[in-house]
Amino acid sequence: MIEIIETGPFNTVQDLGRPGYRDIGVSSSGAMDPLAVRIGNSLVGNDEGLAVLEIQTFPIRLRFDQRTVFAVSGTDGSPLLDGVELLSWCAYSAEAGQVLELRQPRKLARAYVCVAGGLDVPSVMGSRSTSLRGGFGGHAGRPLEKGDRIAIGEGADMLSVPASGLAAVEPTAALADFVPQSDDGALLIRALPAGEHGLFAEDGMAFWGQTWRISSRSDRTGYRLSGDPIMPMESVEMRSHGVVPGVIQVPPGGEPIVQMSDANTAGGYPKIAGVIECDLWRLGQARIGSRIRFVRSTHAEARAVEQAVAQYVEDVRATSQMVKRALKAMA
Amino acid sequence: MTATPNKHNLPYEIIPAGTSRARISSIGARSFLLEAPGDFDLAAQRRIWALTQTLKGWADLAEIIPGMTNLLAIFKEMPEDPDEVVGRLLSAWDSSQSIDLVGKTIEIPVHYGGEFATDLAALCDLSGLAGREVVRIHHQATYRVFALGSAPGFGYLHGLDPRLYMPRKTVPSLKMAKGCVTIGGMQTGVAMLTGPNGWNSIGFAELQMFDPLSPTPAMMAPGDSVRFVPERIEL
Repeated sequence: MIEIIETGPFNTVQDLGRPGYRDIGVSSSGAMDPLAVRIGNSLVGNDEGLAVLEIQTFPIRLRFDQRTVFAVSGTDGSPLLDGVELLSWCAYSAEAGQVLELRQPRKLARAYVCVAGGLDVPSVMGSRSTSLRGGFGGHAGRPLEKGDRIAIGEGADMLSVPASGLAAVEPTAALADFVPQSDDGALLIRALPAGEHGLFAEDGMAFWGQTWRISSRSDRTGYRLSGDPIMPMESVEMRSHGVVPGVIQVPPGGEPIVQMSDANTAGGYPKIAGVIECDLWRLGQARIGSRIRFVRSTHAEARAVEQAVAQYVEDVRATSQMVKRALKAMA
Repeated sequence: MTATPNKHNLPYEIIPAGTSRARISSIGARSFLLEAPGDFDLAAQRRIWALTQTLKGWADLAEIIPGMTNLLAIFKEMPEDPDEVVGRLLSAWDSSQSIDLVGKTIEIPVHYGGEFATDLAALCDLSGLAGREVVRIHHQATYRVFALGSAPGFGYLHGLDPRLYMPRKTVPSLKMAKGCVTIGGMQTGVAMLTGPNGWNSIGFAELQMFDPLSPTPAMMAPGDSVRFVPERIEL
């Protein structure tokens, strides 16, 4: 069991989401930084899609009431175990009764607490993710509260991790060659033009050319961007159609909305672009108030980035298994 | 949307050769949206239903999401050649014959008027109809579920009498109750979640229409017929 001693609002149980039910109006949900979930799970010896805690309001403190192998991923901050600083992106073993505390990350938005065996909440429609809008899935269909107790899955690979921990190279470093960097600190997010791109003047120059700020009215459902409004050259009558996370819609006010993990399943605003899936985890780590620019990408580039991410995930998984096998042999 | 010929180089954009060409665009690198040309009507939706059936046989698709005279196809993997995908979707559309889904008939008991009918008075003003007339026109029609989306189990219903068309609000109601019977433009439906809602409420239905723990979570399915049965009228 994990017991929540202290938590901010909006921290939830998530996994890689609940795809496959958009045709009945059910959002996929799932972690805002799915790459952190995959890596964190690999580090603790899980299949990559087991359920974890997604922390987006800090601090949070939780107590393990059994010996637990865990890793904190996603964040650039240092977790504390009984007050001792640990590394993120690193698997450790906690003893029964030890308290894990996560403080506000330095720059990033979200941290994930991954435990060997995964979080054992009921699977609803094929996923353990919390659907905040639908009020189901995750832990009782709602954000975590003080006093909540969450079971840990059976069959956890309780192989020991090295006393000093078992770390992975974090994705921003491992994928540095595949991540665009700006000179001014703005986050560069790659996107492909979408259906109504052509309705915006000069090939959407005002959209691609300006630096947007992630407004305070942003959450897991979507990021509302602040900046100079962009208007289509003609208004169009849209019929409701399916959408996916990453779609960038332009509502009548002209300030774009990027749909995120809890994206509505249908939409009717003009779509100027769609974020490539392999950049969604980076956007998922962008904080309210931070600045972003969109970079026009290509299908070929999206494929190359996806392959690089897949290779990185596989490397971490294989290495983590190798180390654990070696430890077992030595034991 | 209307089949607007685009002057700009949209990705994978097909310039309509005639009015019968569908339009295909992409969202990201593995989701493709096909929009039927022509009117928003049952004929177009029947072809979307047919296309949905055809696409269910494609092994490389992860999800098929029929919308209102359109369809979003999400592939399992990013396709190597998006143009090939566009070509395949277009030919599937071109060979799709209209089908009529044989659905069930769902009767939804409605309490028209009363505290949840926050926009009934405004609809009377807009339409020039008395409340009683609005209720009669609304409940006498038979509606078809065109597609589900937006909220878990929410069905987009076609068949609203044009006299009851009412634009969506520019400023949504912040906390409309789950169960409100609503009108949004030329569509009607029942709110599935309590929350912000831009549609106009004229009544309330208690019927449970979504259960995440059921093997068939949504009560409605595309092709179903829906009738609203006045259980109580409070004007």
